[in-house]
Parts: sequence; C-alpha cells; structure tokens
Amino acid sequence: MATLELDGVSKSFKTGDVLSDVSLTTGDGETVVIFGPSGTGKTVLLRLIAGIEEPDKGDIRLDGKSLVGMASDARGVGMAFQNFALYPHMPAYDNISSPLAARGMSKERLDEKVHSIAKLLKIDHVLTHMPKALSNGQKQRTALARALVAGPQVLLLDDPLRNVDAKLRYEMRLELPRLLSEFKSTTLYVTQDYKEAMALGNRIAVLAAGGLAQIATPEDIYLRPANVEIAKLFGEPTINLLSTTIETNSKGPTVRLADLKIPLDAHYERFQGRKVRIGIRPEDIAITREAREDALKIEVVAVTPLNERVVTLFKLADGTECFASAPDIQSSTTTRRHGAAYATIKTDGILAFDHNQGQRIEATAE
Amino acid sequence: MSSMSLLETVIRRTLIALVLLFFLFPIFWIVLMSFQTNEQILRIPPSLFFKPTISNYTALVSGELVTAVGTLKLTFTQNLWNSAFLSVASVFLALVLGVPAAYAFARFKFRLGEDIAFTLLSFRFAPPLLVLLPLSLYFTDLGLNDTYIGLIWIYQLIALPLILWIVRGYFEDISPDIEHAYRIDGHSWAGSFFKIAIPLALPGIAAAGLLAFIFCWNNFVFALILASADKQPVTVGALAFVTAAGISYGQIAAAIVLSILPTLLLALYAQRYLVEGLSLGAVKG
Repeated sequence: MATLELDGVSKSFKTGDVLSDVSLTTGDGETVVIFGPSGTGKTVLLRLIAGIEEPDKGDIRLDGKSLVGMASDARGVGMAFQNFALYPHMPAYDNISSPLAARGMSKERLDEKVHSIAKLLKIDHVLTHMPKALSNGQKQRTALARALVAGPQVLLLDDPLRNVDAKLRYEMRLELPRLLSEFKSTTLYVTQDYKEAMALGNRIAVLAAGGLAQIATPEDIYLRPANVEIAKLFGEPTINLLSTTIETNSKGPTVRLADLKIPLDAHYERFQGRKVRIGIRPEDIAITREAREDALKIEVVAVTPLNERVVTLFKLADGTECFASAPDIQSSTTTRRHGAAYATIKTDGILAFDHNQGQRIEATAE
Repeated sequence: MSSMSLLETVIRRTLIALVLLFFLFPIFWIVLMSFQTNEQILRIPPSLFFKPTISNYTALVSGELVTAVGTLKLTFTQNLWNSAFLSVASVFLALVLGVPAAYAFARFKFRLGEDIAFTLLSFRFAPPLLVLLPLSLYFTDLGLNDTYIGLIWIYQLIALPLILWIVRGYFEDISPDIEHAYRIDGHSWAGSFFKIAIPLALPGIAAAGLLAFIFCWNNFVFALILASADKQPVTVGALAFVTAAGISYGQIAAAIVLSILPTLLLALYAQRYLVEGLSLGAVKG
C-alpha cells in the first residue's frame, strides 16, 4: 500500500542530538521494528513521521511525496501512543470513531466499522465505557483500534505493550502480526523489548546513540549483529564477551580461552594476530560433569532454573564469569551442583568483534 | 488506641466548629439584623429575640426609604442589576479573551511570551487607587466615564489575569499527546482546541470564571470613582444608606444579604465543578 522513506533525517533538541542522519526505507505493508535502549530517539522518530515534531534536516516521504511541513491531520497516518492518549471525556466508541468522523464518514458506515474492529480486538462489550473505566489492556486495545480503524497507510505504534501486564503482552505479541497483516498498513513499531522486536518485525532497525546502527531481519540481527553493542542488546542472558587474540596453528585459526584453544571458521585466518572480543551465546555452551578433551574446565557458581530453561553462571579457569543457558530437560541433576564442571562450546555460533571499535569481523572471504 | 482517636476526633471537631463560628457568625448576625428595625439593632445589650420585620426588604425593593427627615429615593434594584450585568459581561469578555490566550501561553513558546504573561499578572499587584487617578482622567477624555463599557473594560484588570493564569495551569496539565492524537486522527487545529482542550480544561475554566465573577461582584473602588449612581453596583450602592438622618443598619444588612445571595447560589451550584477541577490531575491516561 505505501512505501515510507526516511532520508537523512536529523533532529536535535536543546539537550543535545537525538537523531542524526537516519535513513530507512520500508517495503509495502512491511512491519519494521524500531528497537533500541531508551534515549535513542525511537519515539522522536515516530513523532517526526506523525508530524508532531518537524525534522531539522532530511526528508520524510510517503510514496515519493514529502510529508515534511505537512500538518498531522493531512498525513494519513495512524498512531498508538505509549501512554494510550485516549480522550478521557469520550467513551471508547467515540475514541475509536474519531478518525472516521474526521473523514466525514456516514453514521451507518462508521458504526459498522467501529463495531467490526472492536469485535476483532475483543473490546465490543466496553464501547460505552469511559477510558477511566477501562482496564489497561482494554485501554491499549482501544488506542490500537483508534489507530487502525481508518486503515491508515502508515501505522505508528509507540511501544503499545509497555504499560500492559505480562500475560496480555504475551497474548498481544502473538496476535499483533495477524492483525497487522490483515490491515496491510506499513507499520513502524517501537519497542525496548528484544523479544517483541524479534517476534513482530519483518525487519528490525536498531537505533543506538545518535543514529541507525543496523537494519536487518531478526535472524540476521541475532546471528550477525553489526557490532558488540547490538549483540549485547539481543539475547538473555546477554552474550558472553571474552577478550583474546586470533592465532593460527596447523588446523587453522583459533582463539585461546583460558586453558583451551577453540577452533574458528577457516575464514578468520586473514585476521591472524588481531586482538578481538569473542562473543559466545549462552545457549551455545553446554555444561557437563565429565571431562572431555574439547571442553573448558570451569567452576559452576550459580544455577538458576527458569522452568523452561536453566541459566548457569560459571567461572573459567582464569576467573572470567560467563553464562550458559540450556533447556531444562538436557541439564541433568548433576550439573545443577556447584563446583567443578566442563563446558563445551558450539563453535559455529561464535562471533568475533574488533577489540577497540567493536564492529563485527566478518567471517567470509573478503 | 481508640481513646486516642476519640480525643483526636473531639479536638478536630472543636477546631472545625470554632473556624465555622468565626466565619459564619458575622453572616448569621447580618441575616438577623436584616429582619430588625434600627432601634432593635442598636439596643444594648443586643438580643437574639425580636419580632421580625420585612420592612427593610420592602424599602429596598420599592425604592423608598422613609426616614425621620423624609422619604429618600433608593436605586438598590438598579444597583443589583448593574452588579449582575457588569460581572457577567466582564467574566464573559475575560473568558473569550483569556481562555485562548491561556492556551497559547500553555502550548506555545514564543518570544516575550513569559514577559507578556507576567505583565498581565502584574496588573493584580498594582493597588487600584494608584491607577485610578490617571485612569479617571483618561476615561473623561475618551468619554468612557460612567459607561458600562468603560467599567467592563476596567474589570478586565480583575478578571483577565485571574482567568489567564488559572486556566493556563489546567491546559498545561493536559497531556499534549491527547491533542496530538486528535490531530493525527485527521481533525483540524480548531477541532482539537474546541473538542479536546476546552472540554478537558472545563472544570478549571468554570473555577476561574466563578472566582473572577466573585472578584468582579465584590469590587468597590473602580465603580465608586468611575461611575455615577445609575451605573454603580451594590457594593457602592450600599453607601446610600449612610444618610444625613443616620445610618440605616437594617437596610444595609438587607442589602448585604441580597447582594451575597447570587454569588452564594452560584458557588453552591459550581461546587462540584470546583472539586472536579481540583482533582484534574487524575485525568491522565
């Protein structure tokens, strides 16, 4: 339906730069999740597109037509705010019908549309309630219904699940993709929760201090993060980062971790002698009690069973602390004991980052 | 434990009773006075028991005051009408001017904005007597002396800053995102002002309007200097009872009772808006 283009958009406030030179093009009907820690300008980006703020530099185009300088009411976007921003003096029905009323829709059509979206979002029984009388989940759905009801070309969702309880958030995370595909709107979705980002985005745009750090599919972001910071943002527990140097022996490139040399992909050979930080995902580490030749000697410090999986905090021989995460079924009762154990690392998931700059070192030939 | 809270209750109730007595006794006494003749009022010691008369009220309404020296013409009903007209018109004008201004001060940052807002507030600092002399000279030149328009204009000194500053606070309390959401829905700027900002600030606007009304109603000195008998409000009109033949306390009391009645009724009616207005903070989300 619509292609949204951000072209070198910059915005600064008196307190300092918020966004600098952000460029991003969304596909037709695509959902792009804007992800990043707080203070990186995710919300500002949405507000620029909605026309609440104007960019200092750059252009925002919808299907090739510039939106800059256009009033909010002429942009044809729908937006759900993080704090819902429902009209407190109107019942849910009037809140939802507001975008339709603004378009001068006939009463019958309007009524039909409001009821159909309310049904879809399971709030048809509270349409007469004032926002004050709605639960947080219902408020959030009302806000969502209001954003969606007119079928906007661009849908802006500002962390809509932030203020709802965990159960509802989980439900909505499952429900939203279906809903969004039904409306075919091009969607920008802001969140601080990496799981939400992975679950909802066709692509994820990671904002770091100042600008866009990486934009890629969820799989790409997780498996091939552009730098250390992004690697740290995705995954729980966070990725293990260990300083070391790439060495080469007869079998190919390796890195030394404590008392063991771990083999790397052959492509890393050209980085021989480079000081790097090695990133190992906790789920790529398996802990056993039996000594194995290719296993690191470790000491288990703490074990946290989380029902569906077990997170283990352990120390390498040189004292570095690391996390391992395993599905509960695999971890036999013995590995729950503290004390000496062994860790095997799945080597094909290893990431290498430049030690100083932090950008990822590509394991492909040139 | 319970005896402690009983003691607290007793102390609290006693203090409340004392405060109420302090504020309400004068009003109670004036109401009593308004049903007494001058002789009964001036009797020593004063007594709570007397034969009530409505002669004070009939004098006010009929416009004739019979004194020992002769019959005096009274303009009290005209004064009452003047008060009502001046106060209502002034508050109306102040709302029309002040509410959009308050919105502008709350929502937009513009050059000299704070200075202008403060200047408007500073009108409330100046003692009226200080500005009255030059003002009456100007009014003579402009032909505004003894006109309703002139008085309503001058009453803006009282009403406008009050409304501007109170309503501004209420607008500032409304999350701008609610208005942004309305604009994004496709409504015009005017739509978001009249359908969102005004209704949400309504308790504050009502409270400010009521307060401004009371201040206008109670004003004395502007009308005393700038208007003559047929344009003067009740506050000035009550002076007519201080006559050569003596002070007619009974009529003054009756006049006071009649003049506080409209504001009292208005305040009682508007009370729920005032309370709602004070709890506006709960409007979020």
